[in-house]
Amino acid sequence: MSVDTTQAVDDDMGSAQDPYAAAGSVGSEEGAETVYTLSGGDWDEIARELAGAQEGETPEERIVVNMGPQHPSTHGVLRLVVETEGETVTEVRCGIGFLHTGIEKSLEYRNWTQGVTFVTRMDYTTPLFQEVAYCLAVEKLLDVEDQIPERASVIRVMLMELNRIASHMVCIATGGMEMGALSAMIFGFRERELVLDIFEMITGLRMNHAFVRPGGIAQDLPPGAVDKIREFLALMPTRMKDIEALCNENPIFKGRTEGVGYLDLTGCMALGITGPPLRATGLPHDLRKTQPYCGYENYEFDVVTWDTSDCYARYRIRMDEIRESLKIIEQALDKLKPGPVMIEDKKIAWPAQLALGGDGMGNSLDHIRHIMGESMEALIHHFKLVTEGFHVPPGQVYVGIESPKGELGCHAVSDGGTRPYRVHFRDPSFNNLQAVSVMSEGGMIADLIVAVASLDPVMGGVDR
Amino acid sequence: MSASGAENHPTELPQPLAQQAAEVVAVRRGMFGGNGTSGDTSGYGRLVRTIEFSGQSPRPYGGYFDEVENELFGALDEQGLAPERAIEKVVVFRDQLTFHVRREYLVQVARTLRDDPALRFELCLGVSGVHFPDAERPLQILVPLLSITHNRRVHVVTSCPDTDPHMPSLTPVYPATDWHERETWDMFGIVFDGHPALTRILMPDDWPGHPQRKDYPLGGIPVEFKGAQIPAPDQRRSYR
Repeated sequence: MSVDTTQAVDDDMGSAQDPYAAAGSVGSEEGAETVYTLSGGDWDEIARELAGAQEGETPEERIVVNMGPQHPSTHGVLRLVVETEGETVTEVRCGIGFLHTGIEKSLEYRNWTQGVTFVTRMDYTTPLFQEVAYCLAVEKLLDVEDQIPERASVIRVMLMELNRIASHMVCIATGGMEMGALSAMIFGFRERELVLDIFEMITGLRMNHAFVRPGGIAQDLPPGAVDKIREFLALMPTRMKDIEALCNENPIFKGRTEGVGYLDLTGCMALGITGPPLRATGLPHDLRKTQPYCGYENYEFDVVTWDTSDCYARYRIRMDEIRESLKIIEQALDKLKPGPVMIEDKKIAWPAQLALGGDGMGNSLDHIRHIMGESMEALIHHFKLVTEGFHVPPGQVYVGIESPKGELGCHAVSDGGTRPYRVHFRDPSFNNLQAVSVMSEGGMIADLIVAVASLDPVMGGVDR
Repeated sequence: MSASGAENHPTELPQPLAQQAAEVVAVRRGMFGGNGTSGDTSGYGRLVRTIEFSGQSPRPYGGYFDEVENELFGALDEQGLAPERAIEKVVVFRDQLTFHVRREYLVQVARTLRDDPALRFELCLGVSGVHFPDAERPLQILVPLLSITHNRRVHVVTSCPDTDPHMPSLTPVYPATDWHERETWDMFGIVFDGHPALTRILMPDDWPGHPQRKDYPLGGIPVEFKGAQIPAPDQRRSYR
């Protein structure tokens, strides 16, 4: 019995017929078996129907439920195929791909700089991490890593850590909401909004910034940005206390999360799990410490670990990581020294800085005066760089950085042209979702939701 | 699984590592890559350029790379497998170490990289395919490995011909590659022998073709403006 319907899910999904109906009518080796396909309806009726299925037969308890892809507690368009016995999950499989937009393919038809605009849209809660990973990979291919101005690296670190706070806040907010802790949701999104306001001020957009560019960043910090971040640094600890007072010792919250979604170190290693779920097993693995990039070796912060390997540990790690991020942002602000934010090499550097003109944002007037009135060569240069882009030597590199969800890897391949030959993102959510079945089989359906939430999957990144 | 893989793919004659020259992955003609429709009026239409990826890197590589290579080669030797049989070339590019492994020995090399105490690459970070239509073996995968114990990274690269798009699955060694191999099958049509359930993962199950291959069109549509039209991204003149 246990084989039948799940096989149908795996094998027959593509057929035009309903997979469950097909399994029943074909009648596999298990013999003629009644398969009920239901959508909507009342659970009592379904249960009654199952119980009295056919006279003389034992009542059937096993139900395969499709949770999602349109379900509020599956974190976007994640489809969970859950096989249940009563309230117990006996088997669960993830169906993904509902948000596949072919970003990696589209990238191959734009130049290297335009690639940033695509990768920022992958995992929409951590746009700046994709941008930095991509730009680090391109810079590695160009072999210009040492020439990135320090100010650009400091701003990258600062933006990434702000982004980490926003991402963790979304995780705690949506995770809380899925457990019914709506106050956690309100608090989490409220705090995230503080970060998004800062992003809006610095990059012009709340999400999908395309702010980090190969060679540096698009624009220097606007006036007032540092003050705004300092305000945030002062405010955030008090706001965090609200959430911690609400959740940390809350018996209901602990009851829902402690011992739930257990995944130990062996499981993490086998399944390639990184990020908070790995650190929740007590292993202090953080690429910012072990393989620093963007100058992370110059910042003082701790790698947060916990040792219970459950959802509660992951929540506590995220909260404590926010605190560490605040420390890093503070240090970054102190490190900010005036200087260029784009590489000096004029063959790579984006030619213009933006400025606000009478008709909106555009190339700075100084630059326009220069290319239109003073230097023909500058105009040609601008035109070539913007339309054609720069050439990247042939070869392939893989760059991994520590995103809030684990190792975010960028595999970039160049054929010497002005466009990426192939860019692949190793999204941590994509990999971590593989652990769902290990973490939740044998538990309750309600715990499955908590386990998925504790991995913090974002489908934009999973499906790309 | 590795055994069955070896049976399917008869071994080519191994070449000494030092003789591996740069690998030609593509040949470009003209100034503006294009696809015949680009209208190259630059006068450079007969220009022919070969795109080469680095061949065997000269030793010593520097850093921990030499130690990793020695340990891996030693461990393979102990298992009775001549390293130059399994490993085509070792490339150090941009401070990253890459082992190009013959597909028959992929699983054995991966298992050695994982289990040997001096190597201990416990974490596999996925499988990423690349399609080089003009190369000798067009389908290539890159598997990044991370050793937390020694804080090292290496990449393993394997390739296979278009006519026989099979590779042994790494799932017995690294279960983490399960979804990554499904994605690579989905996107490139590489069949991973021994994978427990090699089905499409991102595209619908009845989707024809494998989208990330270079011969698969982008399928863009022209951008409409008032009184003007801009061709789809894949139809525009490209600058190679």
